[in-house]
Order: sequence, then structure tokens, then C-alpha cells
Amino acid sequence: MNTLLIIAGKELREATRNRWVVATTLLMAALALTLSFLGSAPTGTVGVGPVEITIVSLSSLTIFLLPLIALLLSFDAVVGEIDRGTMTLLLSYPVARWQLLLGKFLGHAAVIALATVVGYGAAGVAMAMGDAPIGTESWRAFAAMIGSSVMLGAAFTALGYLASTIVRDRGTAAGIAVAVWLGFVLLYDMALLGLLVGGSGIGVEALNWLLLANPADAYRLFNLTGFKGVSTFAGTAGLAAHVQLSVPLLLAVMAGWIAAPLALAAALFSRKQI
Amino acid sequence: MTDFTAEVRGVTKRYGETEAVRGVDLTLAPGECVAMVGHNGAGKSSLIKLMLGLTTPTEGSIRVLGGDPASAACSPIRRQIGFLPENVAFHPNMTGRETLDFYARLKGASRRGNDALFEKVGLEPTAIKRRVSTYSKGMRQRLALAQALLGGPKLLFLDEPTTGLDPALRQSFYAIVAELRDQGTTVLLCSHALTELEGQADRVMVMSRGRKVADGSLATLRSLAQLPVRIRLTLPTDDIDALASRVGQGAALTRLAGGVVELACANDDKIDLVRRIACDGPAAKVAVKDIEIVQPSLDEMYAHFLRREAAE
Repeated sequence: MNTLLIIAGKELREATRNRWVVATTLLMAALALTLSFLGSAPTGTVGVGPVEITIVSLSSLTIFLLPLIALLLSFDAVVGEIDRGTMTLLLSYPVARWQLLLGKFLGHAAVIALATVVGYGAAGVAMAMGDAPIGTESWRAFAAMIGSSVMLGAAFTALGYLASTIVRDRGTAAGIAVAVWLGFVLLYDMALLGLLVGGSGIGVEALNWLLLANPADAYRLFNLTGFKGVSTFAGTAGLAAHVQLSVPLLLAVMAGWIAAPLALAAALFSRKQI
Repeated sequence: MTDFTAEVRGVTKRYGETEAVRGVDLTLAPGECVAMVGHNGAGKSSLIKLMLGLTTPTEGSIRVLGGDPASAACSPIRRQIGFLPENVAFHPNMTGRETLDFYARLKGASRRGNDALFEKVGLEPTAIKRRVSTYSKGMRQRLALAQALLGGPKLLFLDEPTTGLDPALRQSFYAIVAELRDQGTTVLLCSHALTELEGQADRVMVMSRGRKVADGSLATLRSLAQLPVRIRLTLPTDDIDALASRVGQGAALTRLAGGVVELACANDDKIDLVRRIACDGPAAKVAVKDIEIVQPSLDEMYAHFLRREAAE
């Protein structure tokens, strides 16, 4: 446990040094604040708007942005250290390979968590200072959005680690990371939409499973259908009635999307010839 | 149980088709400094990686400090090993102190000794506070040595430790190594710079194409190689004939620049030869201004063993 914290701490410190933490936090905060101020535009007033609208727009943006940040942060984690020659020395220390991998992952996940919580939290503070009264239910939805965003980031960090472990070359790892992003974030939903529009007649059951097979979709469903107030604004109330995926199941799936790639990466890494 | 610090028995390591290490036996005793020499790709680094447990042997067995270095329970072993890798690299955005602190914590060593370590390897207090990315090659190498010495290792692997160091730094580097050896640390040293190993290593091991081709003290290797000893004489005159008649059949005579004549003879004959040249005898005395005896250098012996290996 101690070893994990030492490695995670070093990773976090390095990310702080090379401005990753500051840059991502500022980016998240800027976007969250912009969206929360513009959030009231549809209702006709300019100012801090209802939390639900912010959640809808912010989570839609998160789906594109956060996986990209997570993959950029993580694709270099293993292959880069091997390339630079720091890995050989690290592995000669009394550290198991899974400890090294998990420790580094925890460090990178902490960077994502810090940026998300501080960045989106800033928007939360701005909304709280606004005139509009905000109910407990809304705050719960907002907190759930931040929490699930951290999970989404962690899931794509884990996928980045897997990419970084599989290959021997940094360029290839970067290529895989881009492909993962394109595939899960853009192409997957297009293909799914095409399937539905094409009327190939896949049942609700099959659609549910297909949505779970993508961490980004699990995140979207969790945020847009998990809370009544949000789904009304998102126009997904109808969908929410049909989708039979419960909140705990969606959370479990996202946790699985963190654990599975990481476990696979650890297994591959322990067999890798350095 | 054996008293050896490390024991390598019939170890072969294959990477796909290529054999990096072929049937190597090696034992390292406490307080011994062994130099491993060989050209690039001779299998030196591969052998060190095997002994560190970073890779596992295809054949054979390795025991380091009484255990298998690649096993899951190798942490107590690794705590007692220091390693200075070839082309050492550190995380560029951390300062020297942070780097050493990080490695000390990983090794479970006390960080209190870090200041003494910095002083030992000669890193200035102002340099410690700077980021590693601003370090020169020599400073990085000093930091690398400092991390290898963390926790007072019983076994020290130094892979090309002096590349890129200036001569003064090399001197202090070998002084540190000698001090450790005297304290009972086993040191395995890899190098291309053969001349600087003379006088440092108790034993020299020559590697070629993954195989161990020679292993022994410098004196043992000399007698094994049977390379000629060269005696250089500076003569006041060009009177070589008199010298030649004195020398006789036992040695080859060549003329070098500056009135220097070189005689090459077997190691066992050298004393006799010197006596014949310098002492009074039946024939006329040879005038000699200066005499120098050149033992075969490690470079020459290394070349000899490689030639022999290639011929086989």
C-alpha cells in the first residue's frame, strides 16, 4: 500500500510540475463556468441558470473532452518510461510490476479527479451564488455528474494504460489512444444510430447491452436518465422510461471499464520483456 | 547454503531467435570486485538484467543473496542490491533531492543518509535543489551512483559507470568503489574502458557473443594468454648488432622511433633476458640509457581472448 502511494505521489507531483494539473483544471473550470452562465440562455435570461441545464450541457461536453485528456495523460505512461530508460531502474527496486502500474494509474487518476472536482466545483460555487434557488435533488445530480466524470476519466486512463502496455513504441501507443477516442466517443454512437435508423430491428435488450459496451455511453445514460429533473431538460425522459438500466448497474459497468483494462494491462506488463 | 553473493549456473537467455547469454557460469563472493568486459552486444547488460530479476533465464538457475531474484518474494533481496544502469535516466522535472528521496522511500531506506550520499558522490548543495533536466552528464552519473548506494547495498551492479566522466571524476568514482569493496560489498562492474579497470578489479571476466571466454585475476589471465612481455631499451648508439648478439634467439627485436629498441619475449624469460643485457658477461657490455618493461595490457589480453574465441 505504501509503495503504491509513493509512486502515485511522485506521478502527481510530476504532473503538477509540468503544468498538466493547472492546465486541465483551468480548462475544465473555464468550460464549466461558460456553460453554467450560458445555461440559462434557453430559458430567456442571462445569468446562472438551473443546475439541470448545466448538467446536460456539461456532461455532453465531458464525453468528448475528458476521455481525450485522460488518454493524452496516460498513453505514454508505460512505453514512455521504457523508452526513456527510467523503467529499468524502477523495476530493479523492491517494487512489484502491478504495484508500479497501479501506483502510476492512481497518480494519473488523481490528476483527472483534481481537475474535474476543482474545475466543475467552481461552476457549482458560481451557481450557488446565483439568485435562483437550487434544490437538494439538483445538487445531488450535480455531485453525481462530477463523480461519474471522474470515473469516466479513470476508465479512459485505464484504456490508455492498456494501449501503453501493449506496444513497444510511443508513436504506436499514441495512435491507439487516438483510435480508442475516435471509436468510443464518436464512431460508436454513429454506428449505433445507423443501426437504429436502418431499421435492422435490434431489440431494446440488445440496444441496452450495446450501450453498456461503451464507457462513454454508460456515462451519458447515467447522467441524462439517472435523475428525473435532468432527463426532462435533456429530452431523454422518453428514453429514460424505456432504458431498463438501473443506476447501480451503470455505475458497476463504469467501474468495470476501469478495472478490466487495468487488470489486463497489469497482466501484460508483468510478462513484458524489458 | 553457499557463501556466494550471487551464483549463476549454466544460464542461457534467448530473445526469440537471438541468444543474448549462452551457458554462463559465474560466482561472486562477498567483498569481491569483478570486472565484466566485452564489446557491445556481448551479453553483459543481459546478464545483469538476469541477475536483477528483470528477466528470467531460458535455461539454468540464478541465485542472488540466497534467493531467486525474479521470484514474487524478491523484495528483501532487491533492498540489498544497488544498480547503476547504462544510459541512466531520471524524471526530468524532479530535483536531485526529490529524486533521491523518491528512490530511498521505494527502497525503504532512511532518507537521513541522503545528505551524506550527496556529499560522497560530490553533488553540490546548490545542484541538489535544481531539476534533473538541467544536469550535465557527469552530474546525472553522480546522482545515479548516489541512488545505487542507497541503503548500503551488499551487491552492486555498475553498468558502464564511467562513460562520459572526466578523469578526475573517474578517480573519485573508483575510490568510492574501492571503499565499498573493503566494507564487504560485492561489485560487478561492466566497462569498455579496460585500462582504467587495471588495479581496480580482483577478477576480470571476458564476455563474447553471450559466452564467457575467460575469467580470472589479471595475473591468471596474463599467464593464460601467454602474450609476450615487451622490454624497451633506449640505446645511446645505433649499435644494435651487439645487442642482438647478447639477446640471442629468445626474443624478437624491433626498432622503434627515437633510438628505442623493443624486445618481445615470453613472460618466464624476461628476468633472464634483462640479466643478459644489463650484467657483465663474456661478450662486450651493451650500453643502455633506459629500460622499460611493458606488461601486456588488459586491452591486448581482451583482444587475444576474442581472437581465440573467433578462431574456435
